[in-house]
Amino acid sequence: MKATRSLLGIEPLDRESIVSLLKLAGRMNPRKPRKLLQGKHIVLLFYEASTRTRVSFELAANALGATTHLVHATASSIEKGETLIDTGLTLRQIGADLIVIRHPSSGAPHLLARHLDIPIVNAGDGMHEHPSQALLDAFSILQHKKTLKGIRVAVIGDIYHSRVARSDIHLLSKFGADITLCGPVDLVPDIATTLVPKLRLTRNLREAVTDRDVIMLLRVQKERLAGRAFSTDDYVAQFQVTPELLRLARRDALVMHPGPMIRGMELTDAVADGSRSLVLQQVANGVPVRMAILARALGAA
Amino acid sequence: MSSLLIRGGHVIDPASNVDAVADVLLRDGRVAQVGGTIKAADVTIDAKGLVVAPGLIDLHVHLREPGQTHKETIATGAAAAAAGGFTSVCCMPNTNPINDLPALTRWMQAPERGAVVNVFPIAAATVGSAGERLTDYSALQRAGAVAVTDDGKPVLDQGVMDAALRAAKEAGIPVIQHAEDTKITASGTMNESATAFRLGLRGMKPEGETDIVTRDILLARDTGGHLHVAHLSTAGALDAVREGKRMGVRVTCEVTPHHLTLIEEDVGEYRTNFKMNPPLRTAADREALLAGCADGTIDAIATDHAPHALFEKRQEFDKAPFGVTGLETALALAITLLHIRGKLPLRRVIELLSTNPARIVKLEGRGTVAKGAVADVVLFDPKRRWKYDASQSRSKSHNSPFDGWPFTGKVVATIVGGKVVYRES
Repeated sequence: MKATRSLLGIEPLDRESIVSLLKLAGRMNPRKPRKLLQGKHIVLLFYEASTRTRVSFELAANALGATTHLVHATASSIEKGETLIDTGLTLRQIGADLIVIRHPSSGAPHLLARHLDIPIVNAGDGMHEHPSQALLDAFSILQHKKTLKGIRVAVIGDIYHSRVARSDIHLLSKFGADITLCGPVDLVPDIATTLVPKLRLTRNLREAVTDRDVIMLLRVQKERLAGRAFSTDDYVAQFQVTPELLRLARRDALVMHPGPMIRGMELTDAVADGSRSLVLQQVANGVPVRMAILARALGAA
Repeated sequence: MSSLLIRGGHVIDPASNVDAVADVLLRDGRVAQVGGTIKAADVTIDAKGLVVAPGLIDLHVHLREPGQTHKETIATGAAAAAAGGFTSVCCMPNTNPINDLPALTRWMQAPERGAVVNVFPIAAATVGSAGERLTDYSALQRAGAVAVTDDGKPVLDQGVMDAALRAAKEAGIPVIQHAEDTKITASGTMNESATAFRLGLRGMKPEGETDIVTRDILLARDTGGHLHVAHLSTAGALDAVREGKRMGVRVTCEVTPHHLTLIEEDVGEYRTNFKMNPPLRTAADREALLAGCADGTIDAIATDHAPHALFEKRQEFDKAPFGVTGLETALALAITLLHIRGKLPLRRVIELLSTNPARIVKLEGRGTVAKGAVADVVLFDPKRRWKYDASQSRSKSHNSPFDGWPFTGKVVATIVGGKVVYRES
């Protein structure tokens, strides 16, 4: 039995553990259930709405033989004012072997991990990290590219508010990808380039897309632009990815999006559904990657 | 009446320009004699190897009473103050209810509160600290308030701040400003920086402080009122104060021990005992504050002692309240940081922690151990090494970022009005 460990973010992981997780994910098949986690109880503690992340963690756990229990903030004692630590301790006492947590506060999984003796898996904390998404993104890219080293990636959209962006950038940077950020200053502040070494930033979408191997798009929420000088129309005009723009990228460029997509905002229907779109494949890969994460966290593989 | 002889200590009193080994005799609550031959007294304390200085005065503490006595009471806060060498504390009005009335100002000073040190309330600058209508400064001053402030939040409206400075000038007290443009810092939880971006935390821009300080200095110039800037934390605001002083404006400022010591990276992995307002800033800001202590731009060190219960601090970073405790570590920190590492004379440390605070809020007869002064005295060993253990704090709360820190310089005894209120055990 290997040691159990939490997955709180990509930033603290070394390359070896990332490679090892991705390899393990390659051996996982949701259609061929394994009993690696037979008898284990996994609690999905969700303080925020989620569709794909929650369901794919559930399917991943079930495919490994674990039972899952969903605890949602709006239908539990959390609503009555219980602290996060007390909720965690309670779940631990009831028999949780692992907690998957999604929370609107950055650092909430770290707080839980400090006070509990079971592994904590971060399923998205505030604007901080979303490690399982970055792992499945890397997994998806590697189904099409031999290596992450030297691939040219554009990350476009609301990077400031995005935990997916932070995790993706950390992961890709660790493997030597060449990353350019793009978006309006309100959503991509200059300070974003300090996240990892050698990050580039452009406000020009054509420049960002030209000769890229991977175009990563992020959801742009209308409410984030509300009350700013920069309007939704401005965003569409300057930063929406269209088939015409995509022609500037490498011929075999991949278009990725963590979802939920806002069609007509950050991308057009034709791009979302086009032949280069990896969006549905990303979703599908979410299950084996999360199987690997859960098995590793519980020391079962 | 009783007398107390402090024998053989190194007396440092910047106000009377004494820096020499001398005996000090306290009698009937006053300093009766400094130096010369003193035959005997009812009680004698051997102060050989110790510094004898005017009792420390903290311009900025939150004692939480009335209203939040699970965090602190006037009695527990005062006990922590005594353990830190403070003989006087000025308590902020953001209690529940807000201290905006003479009756409450008097209530805080009543003997029934059980404070072992002097408590000087600072009253609200506006009714309910809502930032709109001024409170009655003269009445509050007569009730014992030594300044006015809406601390915890700023007096944001320029017209209200202008009126506050004029009214405070009439009443002969300073306006203490919590300089934060909340229009641009709202929802921030730490300094706006690369660290905040990496942690996914919303930032508080340093301009939020600089802009208000710059504006208020101009208002102080125009009104002739005394502006005191609370917990100054940015290099930009410090420059503004330096410039204001150069122009002859009545502006003073304080800095906290934590802003002199820590920087934004110290937040680490969402450590809530490093969350305070103003937030920890950059290394460059900290360097500027240290320089400001050396060159005299900074007038005082004030703790902004802000106790919070464990359950309140043990929360998600963005939910946890701002603030850290500081009364028990301030002197040791100042000695370690400014005197030993920064090579400033101990005299300057005493100025920052006693002489100047007394002048800023006009505490007559305090902040000095000259003959005739109130017998508020601290005895400390400037060379003693020790480790701070927050769990042993006399405060009700233990939310110190300095838990486990090694320090040089330790309080040995604290004397208030000639009475020993703290003695190292």
